[in-house]
Amino acid sequence: MTEFSAQLDTPLIQVANLSCVFDVSKPWLNRVVERESKQFLRAVDDVSFEIRKGETLALVGESGSGKSTIAKMLVGLLEPSAGTILFDGQPMVIDSSERMMELRKRFQMIFQSPYASLNPRWKVADVIAEPMVVLGVEKDSAKIQARVGELLELVGLSAADGAKFPHEFSGGQRQRIAIARALSSNPDFVVCDEPTSALDVSVQAQILNLMRDLQDQLGLTYLFISHDLSVVRHMADRIGVLYLGALVEIADSKELFKAPQHPYTRMLLDAVPDLEMTGRQRKEVEGEIPNPINPPPGCTFHPRCPFANERCKGEVPHWTETRTGVVACHGVEEGRIPAAEMVR
Amino acid sequence: MTTPLLSVRDLVIKFPTRHGPLTAVDGVSFDLAAGEVLGVVGESGAGKSLTGSAIIGLLDPPGHIASGEIYLKGERIDNLRAEDMRAIRGRRIGMVFQDPLTSLNPLYTIADQLIETIRTHLRLSEREARKRAIGLLDDVGIPAASRRIDDYPHQFSGGMRQRVVIALALAAEPELVIADEPTTALDVSVQAQIIDVLKEQCTQHGASVILITHDMGVIAETADRVAVMYSGRIAEIGPVREIIQNAKHPYTSGLMGSIPTLAQEEDRLVQIPGAMPRLSDIPPGCPFNPRCDKVFDKCRVHRPSLIPVENREVACWLYEDAEAKGAAL
Repeated sequence: MTEFSAQLDTPLIQVANLSCVFDVSKPWLNRVVERESKQFLRAVDDVSFEIRKGETLALVGESGSGKSTIAKMLVGLLEPSAGTILFDGQPMVIDSSERMMELRKRFQMIFQSPYASLNPRWKVADVIAEPMVVLGVEKDSAKIQARVGELLELVGLSAADGAKFPHEFSGGQRQRIAIARALSSNPDFVVCDEPTSALDVSVQAQILNLMRDLQDQLGLTYLFISHDLSVVRHMADRIGVLYLGALVEIADSKELFKAPQHPYTRMLLDAVPDLEMTGRQRKEVEGEIPNPINPPPGCTFHPRCPFANERCKGEVPHWTETRTGVVACHGVEEGRIPAAEMVR
Repeated sequence: MTTPLLSVRDLVIKFPTRHGPLTAVDGVSFDLAAGEVLGVVGESGAGKSLTGSAIIGLLDPPGHIASGEIYLKGERIDNLRAEDMRAIRGRRIGMVFQDPLTSLNPLYTIADQLIETIRTHLRLSEREARKRAIGLLDDVGIPAASRRIDDYPHQFSGGMRQRVVIALALAAEPELVIADEPTTALDVSVQAQIIDVLKEQCTQHGASVILITHDMGVIAETADRVAVMYSGRIAEIGPVREIIQNAKHPYTSGLMGSIPTLAQEEDRLVQIPGAMPRLSDIPPGCPFNPRCDKVFDKCRVHRPSLIPVENREVACWLYEDAEAKGAAL
């Protein structure tokens, strides 16, 4: 990664105050009859972060924390309700202007299930060639064919596999095909939404290693979304922790695991099963993620937080700089939360 | 020596297909002592869920037990008539499935489902059964159980539903609970809660547990012994701590190395080349031989059976000498 480290500091992606609100109201007539008002779900609530060139930022959180919604907004599959996304300094808009088409070549996405993300009726070569054709990266069919062969070999398959259909491949091989497709338009930025959670561990290891090798070879920038903290620790340079649509902590990967600041981050880390059998006592985690339609006031984590006080119940916390990153917690800001045990 | 609670002998499960029968589980044998927690790990298609389904007599046709025996407290249960098996299922063997939403009937309240289960197996009046049901829900940590019992499954969250399923599995005081991927559909923070409840409740009710999962971390925290399955066979079986810290079978050590952990410092994960063979072309000899880095001639021809090594058993020819030495002593 050394040759890219020079550019590490320029942000490729700048996300500011990003929000996404879904209207989950009942149909108009029901609302009138039952005298109910409209209901909204804030899937993503005022999220800001940056991703520097060549780095991997991971977003972790439980189901319903807004990880995938953020991913979809970043690649233009979903329109943000508020906030801005800058890609290499240029604003992202969902339209088909020439500028956007040029920009679209530079980011791609890898989805969770390779069983659903590959068209079963298309040959693998066509699947991989699709982004080149649609985005107009390459027009000459012989060149496209050669490039497909190259891509297949790059992800550890053989060029002859292009003539097969997706069902002839195992889950891990299909995910390799999905990666080859994502790379075919020569992107700088790849959004990986739970790329290994549908795979077995030994296959997961192959795919994670491949993704790291490709990052080093091609200088890719990743946004890596996962619920699995040990996978995230392995892949990410920096980690953002999401809770109920809001970022609660962003920190350097190693630091986050050594000294988690936010009580929710600590809770997540405590919940990871202990494979080393160090005798670390896993703490009982209290409660579950609340209903996002009617989130608790103040800090949304306060009903589950062992350190919550009156201020947490009423006032939304803002970013506080810490030694390791930034955190949104009144307790950390006031210094009344004891330092995390250095167990790792 | 006392009779084990459960004894599985040379279990073979086959699926007839147009191209001849496929052997999905091939010669699995193990014993389970009363009160013991046995973890079964393996990748998709290793035959772990099928083994569980066979024990409780819920194999989906056309899959069937082609040979082998299953004994519950010395009594053979794999060849029982359907109605005799029904008396055992739920009463003596409880089951927790992966997805709590599909294992509960959405049209009935939790009370209906629990009371039905309790009264099917135990001679209790409606009132007594309801009282017992509330007690069970209380035990598995459902707040305000006496009020929530009349709710429908959709009114519970995923974690709460799985607690209800655990209560259902324990309703008739079974001797054995088979939990098939009980936490796979849940978030990490909830997963920890469910594992705790499952373990605590089974200990309290004195039930043995077969915990089927692909998550080694869950096994590490819960099980006493672990069986590692590969291609329908047991590759290694023994005490959890020793297998995790010092795996003998090349597959087990590869599997352990490929799991990213929180403490690990290395950049690359150990990877096992290739993938588990399809059932239609399991190689001769040891099924792991094409992916194994310690393979030698014998592995490609002869199939290894479980060889006792120290206090565990390993199906690998590397340890053949150990057995010979052990016999000589």
